[in-house]
Amino acid sequence: MIFELADKGLRPKAWRSETKPHRFCPGCGHGIILKGLADVIDELGIHELGVFACDIGCSLLSWDFFNLDSVQTHHGRTVPVVVGLKKVRPDLTVVAYVGDGGGYSIGLQHLISSAVRNDPVTVVLANNTLYAMTGGQMAPTTLSGQKTSTTPYGRSIEETGPPFMGPEIVSAAASDSAYVARGSVTRFPELKQILKKALLNQMLRSSFSFVEFLSSCPTNWRTKPADTLKFVNEDMARTFPLKEHRVPKDLS
Amino acid sequence: MGVIEGEKRQFMTGNEVVAWAALAAGAKAMFGYPITPQNEIMHYWTRMAPEYGLKFLQTEDELSAGFATLGGALAGTITFCATAGPGNVLMQEPISMAEMMRVPAVWVIQQRGGPSTATVIYSQQETRLTCLGGNGEGLRIVYSTASHQDMFDYVIKAFWAAWKFRFPAFVLGDGYQAKMREPVTIYDPEGAGVELPVAAPILKPSGVPSVDREPVHMRNTFNIEEELMDVLMEHIRDYSEMAPQIVESEKYLCEDAEILVVAHGIVWRSAKEAVLGLRERGVSAGAFRPITLRPFPEDDLRAAARTAELIVVAESAYGQLESMVRDRLYRIQVPIKGILKPGVGITAEEIVEGVTQLAEMSRSEG
Repeated sequence: MIFELADKGLRPKAWRSETKPHRFCPGCGHGIILKGLADVIDELGIHELGVFACDIGCSLLSWDFFNLDSVQTHHGRTVPVVVGLKKVRPDLTVVAYVGDGGGYSIGLQHLISSAVRNDPVTVVLANNTLYAMTGGQMAPTTLSGQKTSTTPYGRSIEETGPPFMGPEIVSAAASDSAYVARGSVTRFPELKQILKKALLNQMLRSSFSFVEFLSSCPTNWRTKPADTLKFVNEDMARTFPLKEHRVPKDLS
Repeated sequence: MGVIEGEKRQFMTGNEVVAWAALAAGAKAMFGYPITPQNEIMHYWTRMAPEYGLKFLQTEDELSAGFATLGGALAGTITFCATAGPGNVLMQEPISMAEMMRVPAVWVIQQRGGPSTATVIYSQQETRLTCLGGNGEGLRIVYSTASHQDMFDYVIKAFWAAWKFRFPAFVLGDGYQAKMREPVTIYDPEGAGVELPVAAPILKPSGVPSVDREPVHMRNTFNIEEELMDVLMEHIRDYSEMAPQIVESEKYLCEDAEILVVAHGIVWRSAKEAVLGLRERGVSAGAFRPITLRPFPEDDLRAAARTAELIVVAESAYGQLESMVRDRLYRIQVPIKGILKPGVGITAEEIVEGVTQLAEMSRSEG
């Protein structure tokens, strides 16, 4: 049904029909973020000059998601790949799409350093509180007390530290020119607005953007749809406030 | 006209030579992270940058430098990177991706002692790592240089080879070559008839994706193991087909050599001198040098070893070249011995002495 509707022109042009339905699990938030990104790419008309780069883990399943040239890598190195692209082709609009493991753990140095340098790139991160592709292990974003496959009795803050506050920490490192925000897959219109600003800040202001979206993983959370939404909107949102942390004056 | 007019005789350090060679080859971007003994490559590159419109970014680590290099290459710019030691270890991650995605790029490796950190001046202990590091099959081109002239010539050749065959290419030097000054002729490659790399965008060729052409989707993820193997077997086939066009070696007085000394890199200079010393003592010695360590010039080595009764591998590592030589000479009925000094330089006199002793031992083992 949904695909029939899409064929009637309701599907974003940037969305590659040949690779749909996409490969994400039912209820996964990735598809929502990527749909929002496709809409915004359409709106901003960046099919020709856009490059999409995705990371390892579930985000890699988006390697052929768009009608855009794309490259897939791993461990948060997606950020330096787009930094390299942008360095030699400043006319491109580049997006690095990573998960919370790639962005906040193994590749954190890339994210932070890129923010410090104010690289003109856009980094989009999906926070689903765990390493999903590898079987639901604890991530930097795992909530206090949350059960994962490596914290079967719940995450101990004493042993492993508190959940990693991505936009809060990145915005502390970023310059005044940066756009840094946190949104959620359960607030789609806002998600699109955030993505739009994150791209415009690169396109118009040659500045760094970092946006995190609270995302869902019912497969690893082992939740039913209603509980999945509740986990995002209540449990996650309590720890991770939805907020724009840095908005350059001429962008708001 | 190129950046160098005609030919110029210079007296400079190896690192400076590398920067000039990269410039002459048409490189436009470098990404790097400080580590001795390659630092001056970045220093010279950044000094040249405004005059020649070159790009440079000092990244947060070697992982980033390597991956940004791939980003530059994907966009169609001739891009390179230089590193050493523990940096070379980290660099294996982006290099593995370059192999699998067939992204051309050049890495200059100025070896230093190891494992881990150790000394910064000299070593040949990154031979195996540079040839075969990473979680892959070693689909790389590795030139090992013995002089500043080699540095200039093979840096240019490495750019050509990387972009022609789309495999990552390396110039394997060391701290001595990086830091010492010696005479070198730098030249305009085009004027000298040397082939230059031709770069085209891999991502973002012309046209709107899905309107004028299919989108380019570079990936290193596969649905099933067989799909991975199919892609990889294609790369391996390409690599095998490329090998005869790439392999290079050098022979010195091998025609009647009863003792064959095998060495690469700067040890080659000692090996050649040692051959003369041995001949003065009445020993008919010869020497063989693989210039490409990957792919390895195995046919040339076998031909050079035709008359040999003893093969001696001299290297500043503990058997890294020796194991390659043994592998390539499998079933040869000649003893293969080593003068192995990990992390330490080897003089011609040491090779003469070593070979003399090994020859005596070999005779008494008989």
